[in-house]
Parts: sequence; structure tokens; C-alpha cells
Amino acid sequence: MTFINYAAREINCKIVYYGPGLGGKTTNIQFIYDKTGTGSKGKLISLATESERTLFFDFLPIELGTIRGFRTRFHLYTVPGQVFYDASRKLILKGVDGVVFVADSQEARMDANVESIRNLRENLKEHGYTMERVPYVLQLNKRDLPTAVPTADLVSALRLNEEPVFEAVAPKGVGVFETLKAVVKSVLVDLKNR
Amino acid sequence: MAVSDLVLLEADHARFTTVLQRLCKDANARFVFLIDKNGQQLASAGDVSALDPTSLASLAAGNVAATDGLAKLLGEREFSILFHEGEHDNLHINVVGGKTILLVIFDERSSLGLVRLRVKKATAELAGIVHDITTRSQAQRAAVGSLAPFAEITDDDIDALFS
Repeated sequence: MTFINYAAREINCKIVYYGPGLGGKTTNIQFIYDKTGTGSKGKLISLATESERTLFFDFLPIELGTIRGFRTRFHLYTVPGQVFYDASRKLILKGVDGVVFVADSQEARMDANVESIRNLRENLKEHGYTMERVPYVLQLNKRDLPTAVPTADLVSALRLNEEPVFEAVAPKGVGVFETLKAVVKSVLVDLKNR
Repeated sequence: MAVSDLVLLEADHARFTTVLQRLCKDANARFVFLIDKNGQQLASAGDVSALDPTSLASLAAGNVAATDGLAKLLGEREFSILFHEGEHDNLHINVVGGKTILLVIFDERSSLGLVRLRVKKATAELAGIVHDITTRSQAQRAAVGSLAPFAEITDDDIDALFS
């Protein structure tokens, strides 16, 4: 749910990074945090287990600049990818304005990718959204691994419609900002067209 | 979108702030925040310059969402009040009008009883304002069909954000 604050002249949108466990969602957010100037970002909040797996969510507020006199603020969240944290994933999707799906390119994780997209569809539905309507970007992460499936095969298996697709190596930042820009653009275009 | 977008005008903000300032004073609280259920800050009272309101709002909304989940597991509709007691500061959280969350941060200069009493009164006023905003946003959406002035955004405006 986009929140427009005329008093503060700002617009706030919520973007959620979704995907299977250990796919690189937190790494995306961490890279954005590391490379964003101090004045444009808030604190990175990570609610993680002792083994650094996301327990509830990661949260990073960033500011991109002004549009029509309004500051644009994007609240980036990740969900815990592990299957048994479904209740948390549902909660975090509440009020979402845009979704990035971070797929794991490794062949062994293909079933997990497919299951996670199915889970995303179900959880969006519970909030009254559809995958076809929500601004959505697909990121194919871990492209540097020797076990990575060819891009064309991943696109064929995971791409739903005409959503933008980006290849990424999140720890090195490859494709991270391109993905963020694409989802931000989709959110703003959606806002404009509503 | 499933949920109507929230548009907060300056007059709404002023109404919220008036209620929050009074609550902050009457409850002898340090800070008072009003946030929406998605974790966005709507208004505040007290000297919040030493705090990180954005993170506070996000975590409080997450806390309320998780508590809602717990309530449902137990067959309750909701747990409308949460209280966190610290060594120095305490946090009183309650849901207002189904859509917003009121946070009161207080220390030993106040008491849970006083906060509860004052919050109860303020909650009714805040719920009325939330209702007005929601009704107006829905009516505007029905009449105009878009979120002016964002219907005027051009592709160039969007591209300029990334230049």
C-alpha cells in the first residue's frame, strides 16, 4: 500500500525480496546498504538466527531522490526463505508495492525455486494480490557458480509473463542495482497508471 | 491493488499531532508515535531526534503482525495491546482503528496504569481521524480514479531518479 505523505512531501513504497532459502536475498540488501551513501539510507535491520539465516525479515529504508516535489522512499524487506517460515513470509507481504524474486541458478535448487514461486503466488493471493498485477522482477542469482543452469533454461522455467529478468552475482554486486532500479521503475509506473 | 492507498494531507497530520502531543503530555511519556500497519510513520510527538523512527516503525509493525499471527493461532481475533518492559524505558503498543498502531515510550516518570488510561482516550480520537482519512481516500479514488499528482508522472521523471 503506497503511502503518500503530503505533510512531509514524501511517498513511501514497500518492496519485498522473495525466493528460496540461501538464494541471496539478504546479500542483495546488504550490497545495496554497503554501496548507498549515508544520507540516502537508514539502518539495515536484520532479524537473523545465530547462523545468520533470516529469521523474520531484513529491512532497509533508502531514498532515491525527488519526483514531482516528493521525496521517494523505498522500504526494502526480505523474507526468510526456509520453507517452515511461511507465517513470517505472509506477514511481510502485507501492503507490498513490488516484488523481486531472487532465484538460485543452481540445478539442485530448481525445485526450491519453483516451490517458492508457487508459495509467493499463494501468499499474495491471501492479501488479495495477483502475480500478474503486482510489479514484479525476476533475478537469476549465483550466475558465477559452475553448477548454474543456462539462463535460457531458467527463464523458460521461472519467468511468468513479460517481467524484467536480470542475471546476478549478489556478493559482487553484479545485477543488484539493475534489479532494484527495475522494480522501483515498475512500482512507479504502476502508481502512475492506477 | 487490494488495499486502498493511504494519502495523508497536512490537515490530517496536524490533527494526529494535536492528539499525540496531548497524549504525550497527559501520559507523561517520552515519545509517542503513530504508524501504519505496513510500518510507515504517520506522526509523532516528543523529542524524537535521538531515535530512529523509520526502524522503530518497521519493527513495531512487524511485532504487531507477528502478534496478530499468534492471536489467530490461539483463535483470538487480535491481541490489541502489547507491552514491553525494559530497565529504563517501556513500550506500550496498541492497534488503532484496525489500520494504525500507536506506540507510547515511557520511563519511570510515568506508569503503565496512567499510560493505559490516557491511551484509551486518545485511541478513540485517533480512530475517528483514521476513519475520516480512509473514507476520503476511497471517495477520491472512486471520483478521480488515480492518485493525483502521481498520475502525471512521466517516464522522464522516473528515469531522472536513476541518473
